[in-house]
Amino acid sequence: MKKLQPISRLALAVSAVLMVSAFFVPLWRILMWAPQYPEGLEMKIWIDTITGDVRTISALNHYIGMKHIEVEMFPEFTYMKYIVMGIMAIGFIAAAIAKRWALYAFALILTMAGIAALVDFYLWGYDYGHNLDPKAPIIIPGMSYQPPLMGTKILLNFTAFSGPDIGGWLFVLAAILVFAAIFYEIYFQRKKI
Amino acid sequence: MNKITNKVSILLILAGVLACQPKGPATVTTSDAAGKVYVAPGQYDEFYNIVSGGFNGQIGVYGIPSGRLFRILPVFAVSPESGYGFSEETKPMLNTSHGFVPWDDLHHIALSTTKGEHDGRWAFANGNNTPRVARVSFESFRTEEILEIPNSGGNHSSPFITENTEYLVAGTRFSIPMANKDVPIDSYKENFKGSISFIKVDQESGRMNIAFQLRTPGFNYDLSRAGKGPSHGWFFFSCYNTEQAHTLLEVNASQRDKDFIMAINWKKAEEYIAQGKGRVEKAKYAHNVYDEKTHMATSTIKEEVVVLDIKDFPDIAYFIPCPKSPHGCDVDPSGEYIVGSGKLAAMMPVFSFTKLQNAIANKTYDGDFDGIPVIKYEAALHGEVKKPGLGPLHTEFDEKGNAYTSFFVSSEIVKWNVKTLEVLDRVPTYYSIGHLSVPGGPTSKPHGKYVIAYNKITKDRYLPTGPELTQSAQLYDISGDKMQLLLDFPTVGEPHYAEAIPASLIREKSRKIYKIEENENPYAAKGEAQARVERKGNEIHVYMTAIRSHLTPDNIEGVNVGDEVYFHVTNLEQDWDVPHGFAIKGALNAEILIMPGETQTLKWKPQQPGVVPFYCTDFCSALHQEMSGYIRISAAGVKTPLKFSTGTFE
Repeated sequence: MKKLQPISRLALAVSAVLMVSAFFVPLWRILMWAPQYPEGLEMKIWIDTITGDVRTISALNHYIGMKHIEVEMFPEFTYMKYIVMGIMAIGFIAAAIAKRWALYAFALILTMAGIAALVDFYLWGYDYGHNLDPKAPIIIPGMSYQPPLMGTKILLNFTAFSGPDIGGWLFVLAAILVFAAIFYEIYFQRKKI
Repeated sequence: MNKITNKVSILLILAGVLACQPKGPATVTTSDAAGKVYVAPGQYDEFYNIVSGGFNGQIGVYGIPSGRLFRILPVFAVSPESGYGFSEETKPMLNTSHGFVPWDDLHHIALSTTKGEHDGRWAFANGNNTPRVARVSFESFRTEEILEIPNSGGNHSSPFITENTEYLVAGTRFSIPMANKDVPIDSYKENFKGSISFIKVDQESGRMNIAFQLRTPGFNYDLSRAGKGPSHGWFFFSCYNTEQAHTLLEVNASQRDKDFIMAINWKKAEEYIAQGKGRVEKAKYAHNVYDEKTHMATSTIKEEVVVLDIKDFPDIAYFIPCPKSPHGCDVDPSGEYIVGSGKLAAMMPVFSFTKLQNAIANKTYDGDFDGIPVIKYEAALHGEVKKPGLGPLHTEFDEKGNAYTSFFVSSEIVKWNVKTLEVLDRVPTYYSIGHLSVPGGPTSKPHGKYVIAYNKITKDRYLPTGPELTQSAQLYDISGDKMQLLLDFPTVGEPHYAEAIPASLIREKSRKIYKIEENENPYAAKGEAQARVERKGNEIHVYMTAIRSHLTPDNIEGVNVGDEVYFHVTNLEQDWDVPHGFAIKGALNAEILIMPGETQTLKWKPQQPGVVPFYCTDFCSALHQEMSGYIRISAAGVKTPLKFSTGTFE
């Protein structure tokens, strides 16, 4: 296996360092607007908690039988930080190994982790939007309230938006760095031949 | 290699897409709105808007289209500004079987009608908390009468009126055990009953009395409308909590897919009463009347009501199933259509009076509830308004066959055609509209032109004033096909229902003064010659006159600590807009405002010796600041001779 160029090793290290941000800034956000909430309601998902107008959102959603959002609902919050730490460690190790396979492996792990996070979020959203209290005051036949995975969706009087927050964007940047390194490695090698 | 560039560019595009989040709802602005609401200085508005004040217990009188506030009329709440509820003359107005209740929650307005049209005689209003109804005169803009409602647990479906103001109704929001029975709360189904009072209105004096009460199943009776035209003789009441829950109603009263609209054939009930079939029950309730001649209120405690139990008279009451927890229950100007607004329902049913009559004739029933026939839903249904909006509450009508429904959750007014049930237009309200009003909207002959929204939330619409923000109304032009927002205007209290009436029906008969020679107040001094001070034991009666710019007498001596001083102040002016006020230092109640020709009394108990000033509080003249006097208070037991004077120096 080829040895990595120093610049690629640097990219790997920076990518891993970027992930430290996950411990300091929110990763994901959900925004909601209604006629009565033109300023919007916001929910921020961190590595181990949820902040924002969670109480207000829960108070509004209980009319249609949605669950009260509690940090305890998410077992992810107890182990997500270890997963991120693990991925970071792998990033540093890959930079240390400085082999192309290590770079590929790291890219694969990163991609899989991203997909897993989205799938996990989708499954939670599906349950949150479909698993409604049958005794709810407002039941609209055929209606469910799954929040959008990414992007915008209209749910009754609310327009909901879901997308990455600063931490999420830094993860995207980390991934871009890794894929840029792969691109650079392949390009560099071909030139050499 | 290409694949990888693609991957990167996809990520970048994704980032770009996610960066543009949608903006919040756009704000509506119109260019010619200002001209449509501008009433030039010195000009009059076209309509009076008589607006309930909700938890302030008062009525606000506004002009439409300007949205200007003219007066706040105290009804169920004391008003230290005017002395209402503080003066000896007005204290009896707020008497109840519980004693003096100085506050209530005023929700709904009903303006008197003749042949289904506004006649500008009276405004009626409900007190929701300690069940009462009030009548306000459009001559004096004063509360002339308050009648307490017995056997009621909250007077919400009130005071809706029949087309010739024959009756107004008072339906209980909360069912309760009748006759103040002490029973376990969880015996609701067995012991709790509803009660609907039919209050007869004397066509000359406007005086109200409870003609009869209907005993109904234990539900929550929410809102109501009388039939008109072909449906005259009927009354419709929305009922929720037909689950008969007594706890966590938010959930437990929201379980059934359909509750009821209760249709009452009140003409039939009237017949049974005339035949003596009502049963007389003991009940204690106050009836308070303000006399325009004596300027005094009297409170009488009544002892009994006549009751008809609807399950004993099979042709009085019918239930029409209505989805889901209906709030508004509004009858269109033709009297044929009844709109049920299920506040948790995803559509709105419109019932047909003709079909209802056919269903009753053919007994197209779907069983019964507590012995009352339940009409088959489809048999009474004219049709459903599909996907109208979220949280329908109330409907008003224009003269062109259109209905305007308020939607609390989706915060909008939706215009739809009553016959075709087609949604024609929708406009946002800022925010969360409750009631709405079209001038003449509940009558047989709507005046149209505007719809006014009364909102529950104002949030960012006005400059903030701490956690408690202004309440507000919004005026929309409905003369065209599309509704157009013209104006936001703040309101006092929390506006619930309101009616708007052409100013021409009221303006000319508005009272300017009370004639002094017609003043029959026993404490009046109808001229300075009659001004005097009399002692009766420890009561001091000051018969005082007020005219620009002095009070007579203005020097009083011979009063002791421990005496009760009654200042009976007569305003001798006979000129428009010259009220005088009266206030005295240390008074534990309020001031009084005395209109020209009127007498009002302020009671004052001096607490300590000294010389105490009193003065006129309503800026009346160039020498208003001079309109004052002194009363000398001696210590208890000190024999200072009783003396009074004005303008004499000894």
